[in-house]
Amino acid sequence: MRKVVRGFYAIAEAVRLSKPNVIAAYPITPQTEIVENLAEMYANGELGDAEYVTAESEFGAASMVLGASAAGARAFTATSSQGLLLMSEVLYNAAGMRLPIVLVIANRSVSAPLSIWNDIQDSISIRDAGIIQLYVESNQEAHDMIPLAFKVAENRDVLLPFMVCVDGFKLTHAYEPVDLLDQETVDKFLPPYNPVVKLDVNNPVAMGCYAPPPYYMEFRVAMEYAMERASKVMLQEFKKWYKLTGRDWGGHVVAENCEDAEVVVVAMGSVVPLVREVISRMRQDGKRVGMLKIRTYRPFPSREIRKALKNAGKIIVIERALSIGAEPPVTADVKSALFGLNSEVYPVVTGLGGRDIPRELVERIIEDVMKGKIKPEKRYEGLNEFEEVIP
Amino acid sequence: MAKMKLYIGASSPAMSSEMKTGDWGTELAYIDKEKCIACGQCITFCPEPATSMVEEGDKKYAVVDHDYCKGCWICFTVCPVDAIEMKTKEIYKVEVC
Amino acid sequence: MNYFGPGHGACPGCGFPIAIRGAIEVLDGKVIAVNSTGCLEIVSSMYGRNTWGVPYIHSLFENAGAVAAGIETALRAMKRNNEAHVVVFAGDGATFDIGIGTLSGMMDRDHNVIYICYDNEAYQNTGNQQSMATPPGANTTTTPVGKLKPGKTGRKKDMVEIAVAHGVPYAASASIAYPKDFQRKVKRAAEFEGSKYIQVHAPCVTGWGIDGKLTVEVSKLAVETGLYPLVEYEYGKLVKVKKLKQRKPVEEYLKIQRRFRHLFKHEMGKEILEQLQKIADENAEKYGLDA
Repeated sequence: MRKVVRGFYAIAEAVRLSKPNVIAAYPITPQTEIVENLAEMYANGELGDAEYVTAESEFGAASMVLGASAAGARAFTATSSQGLLLMSEVLYNAAGMRLPIVLVIANRSVSAPLSIWNDIQDSISIRDAGIIQLYVESNQEAHDMIPLAFKVAENRDVLLPFMVCVDGFKLTHAYEPVDLLDQETVDKFLPPYNPVVKLDVNNPVAMGCYAPPPYYMEFRVAMEYAMERASKVMLQEFKKWYKLTGRDWGGHVVAENCEDAEVVVVAMGSVVPLVREVISRMRQDGKRVGMLKIRTYRPFPSREIRKALKNAGKIIVIERALSIGAEPPVTADVKSALFGLNSEVYPVVTGLGGRDIPRELVERIIEDVMKGKIKPEKRYEGLNEFEEVIP
Repeated sequence: MAKMKLYIGASSPAMSSEMKTGDWGTELAYIDKEKCIACGQCITFCPEPATSMVEEGDKKYAVVDHDYCKGCWICFTVCPVDAIEMKTKEIYKVEVC
Repeated sequence: MNYFGPGHGACPGCGFPIAIRGAIEVLDGKVIAVNSTGCLEIVSSMYGRNTWGVPYIHSLFENAGAVAAGIETALRAMKRNNEAHVVVFAGDGATFDIGIGTLSGMMDRDHNVIYICYDNEAYQNTGNQQSMATPPGANTTTTPVGKLKPGKTGRKKDMVEIAVAHGVPYAASASIAYPKDFQRKVKRAAEFEGSKYIQVHAPCVTGWGIDGKLTVEVSKLAVETGLYPLVEYEYGKLVKVKKLKQRKPVEEYLKIQRRFRHLFKHEMGKEILEQLQKIADENAEKYGLDA
């Protein structure tokens, strides 16, 4: 049923339809409305047998879903920014314990300075935790990816947490027409959770053992292998999703107009529709430009990216996070995927802390790159000239 | 070489009784079954647990499993009838000149 | 079937295994054990050397309260709540210090969990660093005795009172010197719906500087001097106290432990000894310990 809804509702509704057993969360802007919606559904008896709990902190919320998942429950939480950083110790732990928790991140910049507005520094910062990360461009995509996240995470070949990253405010608070799923469709796609290990008095198992040096490394490498398997499982599930709903979100990446493109813009999240629009206008003017949307950031789709970009000489990467002291994160990953090819990569850092990314800016960068006006090195766009005052 | 078997996420079935801790201490506890009144104090207090109750006809008494006794002396201190003796293991009986 | 051990790696003479096994046995093994990082975790849950005969989970140092809350919530949601008691076993560092936030959240929401803190009065797993459960005067590696310092200064936090202040249905203190009393308290706790807090005094042979021979005696003396009163609260009401026929002076408890030895010769020792005696006297008065 197509309805004009706000992002947080589309997300909460998809969570409800995924029939989690336990939802534990803690409010933080701009994620708050997601859990408010879930709390309201709970209060109205719309969550079936699920239990919804407001924790004492994000740290507590993450720990609660960890415990719930270990007990064999399907568990969900959502957060943003500082909340995610506070959760991070638990999330590394949950990933190592191979618990298929699903999280939604309403992406927001991190403090200091405090900012409630959007960039993707929060989720990017815990990319190494062993959690699958998928970035969406619209609320429809967010809505669709939540049942899929549970299905992939719970696959016995995967068993890793799954994080659906949705740009805070830009998506979470935006009104958008969304084809809302119905229970029958979701049930067809997502079977009940059948844990491989759980806390059960009839079959006592210890979970979260510590591993001395003869074991530790194997457990960590096992997570790498699981991530590699996740890559395949995701592709299968993307296809099944398309068959079921008629909505084709593509694979780990979506290459648009890339085949003959001289310049390709790499983008992730809510900036994708803007770049798409710019590219399509420039195409009408006969310019050979394309866009590569990265959906899956972990496992990083190196092969797919290399394949999509092999003919593009010049690649612009829109960066909405920093790795302070090093190459911006997505650029570093894209470059490693392109290693050995003769491509020039232009990292463009922009839009931090909710700064607007105007269409003109994207157009100008593409023009400048095409004309050879700028060098393939890190640049900041939409940045005021400033001088730091150190009294 | 056989492949390592790893239980997912470092989960583990119960298996520690394979770790024999009886060689940790310098002493082992011995219970005199004649003196033992089967009160169970040593069993309640044994941290391992390495003590248990056995029945022989109508005689009930506690015994110590030396595979696990760490020689901590706790049972010795809680026995109300002094039925427990701590004996130094042979290998620790060295003469210091 | 053993619920806990043998074959764990606790030091000879360690106090807490008596409590862990006692608690699980009195609950007939119907337990899902949640354990914070610490001594107990290290001695019992090495991969391939799991010592638990009941389902067990260790996540982090500071989140046992929340993990237990999550398990309890999940069991309720899945209609499995009659399957087992969710029981936390956490050290004093995990309880008094780093994990108090998640414990507070658990008690505030009144999750149906029995939280057992084994109190060995410092971070003993890592070699005796002070916690908020460390009593004044104790020599620890982070409150070392020096020319200017007599060991830890300040007080031991009263966690039982903090639990009571949360409005939990049941809170108690216990000691491994009285295992039957401890087991009775665990059993009593299990009769209540909601969060239960039991704190059990458990000597650490290395941290306290005692021999295994003294484990039971020293914990008994903590009770008999009034420094570790055994109390029991139900719905905020003090319902039971272990009375002392002849309360002993605190010196008797202190002098047999290496961690307090300096108090008898340090310049500031006398002051600390007086403070400790005062704490015992105040406990006696507050709880009516003297029979």
